[in-house]
Amino acid sequence: MSGVMVPEDEAGVVEVVRQAVADQAPLAVEGNGTKRGMLRPVQAARGLSTSGLRGITLYKPAEMVLAARAGTPIPEIEAALAEHGQMLIGEPPDFSALFGTSLPATLGGIVATNLTGPRRIASSGAVRDQVLGVRAVTGHAELVRSGGRVHKDVTGLDLRKLLAGSHGTLGVLTEITLKVLPRPGGALTLAVVVETLEQAVAALSAGLGSPFGVSGAAVLPDGEPALGLHGPTALLRLEDVAEFLPHRSAALRGVLAGFGSVTLLEGEASGMVWRAVRDARLLLGGAPGAEEAVWRLSVRPKAGPGVAAALRAAFPARLLLDWGGGLVWAAGPATEAAHEAVVHAAQAAGGTFTLFRAPDALRASVAVLPAEPAALAAISARVKAAMDPAGVLNPGRMRAGG
Amino acid sequence: MIELPAPDRSVLARREEILAALRTLVPPGARGEGVIGDPIRLKPYETDGLSAYRQPPLAVVLPETTEQVAAVLRYCHANRIRIVPRGAGTSLSGGALPLEDGVVVGMMRMNRILEVDYADRLAVVQAGVTNIGITQAVAADGFFYAPDPSSQLACMIGGNVMMNSGGAHCLKYGVTANNLLGLTFVTIEGEVIRLGGGHLDAAGYDWLGLITGSEGQLGIVTEVTVRILRAAEGARAMLGAFRSNEVAGQVVDAIIASGIIPVALEFMDRPAIHACEAFANAGYPLDAEAMLIIEVEGNLEEQDFLLGQLKQICARFDPISLRVAETAEESLAIWKGRKGAFGAVGRISPDYLCMDGTIPTGELPHVLRRMGEMSEAYGLKVANIFHAGDGNLHPLIMFDANDPVSFGKAEAFGADILRLCVEVGGCLTGEHGVGVEKRDLMPVQFLPHELAQQRRIKSAFDPLWLLNPAKVFPLEGNPAFAPQAVA
Repeated sequence: MSGVMVPEDEAGVVEVVRQAVADQAPLAVEGNGTKRGMLRPVQAARGLSTSGLRGITLYKPAEMVLAARAGTPIPEIEAALAEHGQMLIGEPPDFSALFGTSLPATLGGIVATNLTGPRRIASSGAVRDQVLGVRAVTGHAELVRSGGRVHKDVTGLDLRKLLAGSHGTLGVLTEITLKVLPRPGGALTLAVVVETLEQAVAALSAGLGSPFGVSGAAVLPDGEPALGLHGPTALLRLEDVAEFLPHRSAALRGVLAGFGSVTLLEGEASGMVWRAVRDARLLLGGAPGAEEAVWRLSVRPKAGPGVAAALRAAFPARLLLDWGGGLVWAAGPATEAAHEAVVHAAQAAGGTFTLFRAPDALRASVAVLPAEPAALAAISARVKAAMDPAGVLNPGRMRAGG
Repeated sequence: MIELPAPDRSVLARREEILAALRTLVPPGARGEGVIGDPIRLKPYETDGLSAYRQPPLAVVLPETTEQVAAVLRYCHANRIRIVPRGAGTSLSGGALPLEDGVVVGMMRMNRILEVDYADRLAVVQAGVTNIGITQAVAADGFFYAPDPSSQLACMIGGNVMMNSGGAHCLKYGVTANNLLGLTFVTIEGEVIRLGGGHLDAAGYDWLGLITGSEGQLGIVTEVTVRILRAAEGARAMLGAFRSNEVAGQVVDAIIASGIIPVALEFMDRPAIHACEAFANAGYPLDAEAMLIIEVEGNLEEQDFLLGQLKQICARFDPISLRVAETAEESLAIWKGRKGAFGAVGRISPDYLCMDGTIPTGELPHVLRRMGEMSEAYGLKVANIFHAGDGNLHPLIMFDANDPVSFGKAEAFGADILRLCVEVGGCLTGEHGVGVEKRDLMPVQFLPHELAQQRRIKSAFDPLWLLNPAKVFPLEGNPAFAPQAVA
């Protein structure tokens, strides 16, 4: 790469894209580059970083709305929200341990990858559901807006959703407006030690099917000895008005009692365990092994244990389950054989997979995402051409040749 | 007056041939004919919830399977015939308004619930299942489907997906998009694509998210996998009456600032209070300028706790009256007037237009004041009922459809309200969709190149613009059409 351009305003981004189109010189688009190791390596002559687009541009706590430029670091936004007792709904993960990076993730990067933490299982949805509006520069070198700063907007086609999770291949996000929420007054976790992963997921389903407002539901397949949890452990989080928690905790404990012994985690112990789940750190049990691959599969919760078993049968997999058992994180050898096992397990379960992290050799040689059926792939190619006709935005990031 | 594209004369001339071909694709079944061509029987399909506009279609097909939908689209695509998808026909924006040369694909016979799974908290249903039908199928087990548009007794999930419908409770539970896991989607070429399923989030592009709210522009949805949620232990409402719209707006701000997110937070202004009270005898305060209905969830103690806090907040704003429901029955009484609002306004005015702009909640007093001024200038009454927590306005403009001058004024008044919504930082439509109703206002919210970008996405799915054309995107500047006026 001949250099990374760091424009300081939207006009600068437009100019960089315009020049890239004129020169037929593709751009590697990123924020702070914290997830550069995700998906496929981008083959690009130049880099475009949104890290120069900084700062919160609108914050109305009473309207539950915050807007910030794409390069604003997540911790800066979280600090501003905390001053008003509010929070980002999506619990954006911090994958610095996973990718071995030191800079914080940016808002643009979190939205472009649509990465949501444990609270994904609540009806507040994914990060993309919390995006009220975006401003983005397309491959036509035009600034377009979709949505805005209000909570409900169905005007026109929803380019917000298309851009969120498109990994910078359809447009360069320059500014994002989010719905935010008051931070719940209290939080606690019930940890249930069980015999099998099936029982663990059944415990999560029982909790999620209760009326007590479970906002996190994960499985530690090997427990967490540091917390006194030995063996497969189901974790269920309650967040609400602090005064409600004693009753809800007791009621939820009643629902879970038949599954195994229940331990209460409160305060920092509860917060810590969910940050670790969010960041997939329990999976790694320490520093990431650079030669290992990490996959992320999303399946029906009930299919989670079967996927886990299939992966364990295929390679020495270290696992973590979130989202009620439906999100399966797996770490293992960075081989095509292990990758094939992941592809097969996801397909058999009717779900999806992402090769989340791997040495360049593997992620450049395999399909890091499931193939789209032919009819959809044709639409996909036309949509890419409609957004980025010259193919200058993050070529090859999601799929070879795309 | 709206313009529709000139009908394709060659399609009109081939009407009998097209009907015959469609009948082979969707033959008569247990539920009657699969294709309707008789002009009298086409009559019920000539309009939708926006009944000011009428246009009988070329034909109506009523498929019973995804394969039939695919066959119809494949045939229409090959023969360059326009398609208008239709659910229950409850659209308030004219989303299902037919075209003279278009085939209406009605989804009402695809009304089966295919799967309910409580462990995975999902239901797989056909597109013609009603919104309430999903909740009814799971209510006995304590579950529900969250989005609850006012038309939920009639409207169908396929239409909800196409409009990304909301409702009174989306402040807590989100809109349709938040509550979807998968779709079976038929392209204009007749290809069947399954998107998502029982899992969360797409690994590639978010087609599910793009298709949701696309108003039939991209394809037809035949099956939907929705999330179902366990219902809260209980819910209870309170009513607060205030001396001005400004004060009620301040109360909304104060509630959100307190950290309490009620499950519903509904606002009614003086004309709406009076209309609803005359209709429902709900005991609404007729001396109030504005009224809030606030609902909370939880067990009895939790409800008491939250309602107590909300009462304290309201008390800081010199309320005319505060009424906290002590029982579920009293809660129902508080909701009674609100739920009957459209019928209530229908009783005092022969016709009304229901607008749907969204504004930043902080702009509420300003917008209501300006709307009052417009109401005087146009000489038409307006009643305001809306979801205050999310700023989604529903001004009901009262007019007489038999009087063209009155109708013209109502449309102009509505357009002015929507321009005002955009001017203060909001949008044209929060949950009803653009349809034909707001199509020509799109340039108020979007710049020409932004509309061009959306049109390019439409073209990527439907290069010939056969799917629900003449909706959403202004005809002007669109090379796909040569416009012609219809009454």
